[in-house]
Amino acid sequence: MERIAALARLELTADEIERFAGQLTAILAYADQVQQVDTAGADVAAVPPATAWRSDTPIPSLDRDLVLSQAPAADRAAGHFKVPRVLGS
Amino acid sequence: MSLPTTACEIRAAIASGKVSAAEVCRDALARIRDTDGPLSAFLHVDEAGALARAEQLDRERPASAPLLGVPIALKDNICTAGIPTTAGSRVLEHYVPPYSAFVVEQLERAGAVIVGKTNCDEFAMGSSTEHSAFGPTRNPWDLERIPGGSSGGSAVAVAAAMVPLALGSETGGSIRQPAALCGVLGLKPTYGRVSRFGLIAFGSSLDQIGPFARTAADMAALLQAIAGQDARDSTSAADPVPDYAARLDGDLSGLRIGVPRALLTSGVEADVRARFDEGLLALESAGATLVDVTLPHAPLAIPVYYLVANAEASSNLARFDGVRYGTRADDSSLSSMYYKTRGRFGAEVKRRIMIGTFVLSAGYYDAYYVKAQKVRALIRKDYDEAFTTVDAVAVPTAPTAAFKLGERIDDPLQMYLSDVFTAAANLAGLPAISVPCGLTGDRLPAGLQLTGRPFDEALLLRAAHAVQQQIAMPGPMRPRDSGSL
Repeated sequence: MERIAALARLELTADEIERFAGQLTAILAYADQVQQVDTAGADVAAVPPATAWRSDTPIPSLDRDLVLSQAPAADRAAGHFKVPRVLGS
Repeated sequence: MSLPTTACEIRAAIASGKVSAAEVCRDALARIRDTDGPLSAFLHVDEAGALARAEQLDRERPASAPLLGVPIALKDNICTAGIPTTAGSRVLEHYVPPYSAFVVEQLERAGAVIVGKTNCDEFAMGSSTEHSAFGPTRNPWDLERIPGGSSGGSAVAVAAAMVPLALGSETGGSIRQPAALCGVLGLKPTYGRVSRFGLIAFGSSLDQIGPFARTAADMAALLQAIAGQDARDSTSAADPVPDYAARLDGDLSGLRIGVPRALLTSGVEADVRARFDEGLLALESAGATLVDVTLPHAPLAIPVYYLVANAEASSNLARFDGVRYGTRADDSSLSSMYYKTRGRFGAEVKRRIMIGTFVLSAGYYDAYYVKAQKVRALIRKDYDEAFTTVDAVAVPTAPTAAFKLGERIDDPLQMYLSDVFTAAANLAGLPAISVPCGLTGDRLPAGLQLTGRPFDEALLLRAAHAVQQQIAMPGPMRPRDSGSL
């Protein structure tokens, strides 16, 4: 549980860890029935459908101020998002 | 004077000058005020914006607009520029999108009036709307029961006649299942038929936006407005959009409907089964022929769905990290910010991120994710084979009528089984519709589901219309005064 939660950068409460352990085990045990299926004739390219490509040409994007206005922390004058210090301490 | 209630009547009345768009809008807003208190279908009602839009339409009078002045509600995971969009999550509690979804642009072009945003399970993960961070929505047929989900708010807004039309979204049945449980029409279009641009992503290979309506003609008009290709969704399809209202004439002669009887032997409530059988009779008396078909891999839809959808969800929801939008929980370090911000997800979202992260993790990817994708291809192959002899496949939309609030909240697996008949269409990318087929002994709606060939939504609407002509559905009781709506 802790390993998976760490991979997902997910904080779980003690209560959630306890409840989820049994629930996730039951869900995965149920999902295990896919292991019994003979999939020799399966063509995984059939679904989902192919993705269309487009030319790699720059096009106008969203207004920067408008986007930054939705950020929890931003420096709008400098035009960037702000995050806690990453390097050094 | 009583105002028209269907989208087609509203459009015609406004276009001919009998009523104004502003009158219709005020009527819808009054219905929401009078009705929504105990139901909680709406998270946000945009009174000022809707009225301003309606008045603008009255000034400009674009007479050819196909949804002229028609009030519509949108599930709150569909981005609306300038109108809050939370996806039912604390993580996006104060989010106001800087852009609108493709479907919103199309609705504006069609002359529709967006009146508000509807409640849903957090990030569309759930089958009861109980997983919304802002409280559950209740079923207008019985306030002690869930409306289905995840698009429960949109289903209720249409069922309780607050609006004639609403949009929801589906990943495994989130339009059709609440439509069945609330007694309205719900359609999941073919994957690629409606652009996902501006839909907050859950399972990208499964997600699709679709309509709720009370009549097939209204649903045809709404689908007509939102279908079509959009360069901003690379999976959006170039296939031509037909005239969806062309054959709503009640005549199904020549149509062959497949019934996979082996799927119906267990787990279907007797009353729901009986209503479904009456729905089949309605199809037959409209001229359709019933044919037995088999879908050998369909019973695997739920396990496959919960592997594929959650894998995609764990990847899609990685973007909610407290940096670019939404809320941020803790600024003391980068790592702490990630953990604590994402700690605000509700229990169901966390469960699904955990499952998805696990099945994508080293050592398990092939056994779970790749294997599930192979079984998914076999599910599609079953349908392709069935469609060589039939035009659509019929099953009940949900195995039971609406269940009570709280009944399945602590048993995720039981909750997941609400989607046992709906998830296959998402996995196979096929269009599917739920049409009301009567009430159970407890006066709860049941739904008949039809799944069709890719891009054959017109046939599903045609069949649904024929069923509706024969099986009259009363409205739900008004919660306040117990009078009929």
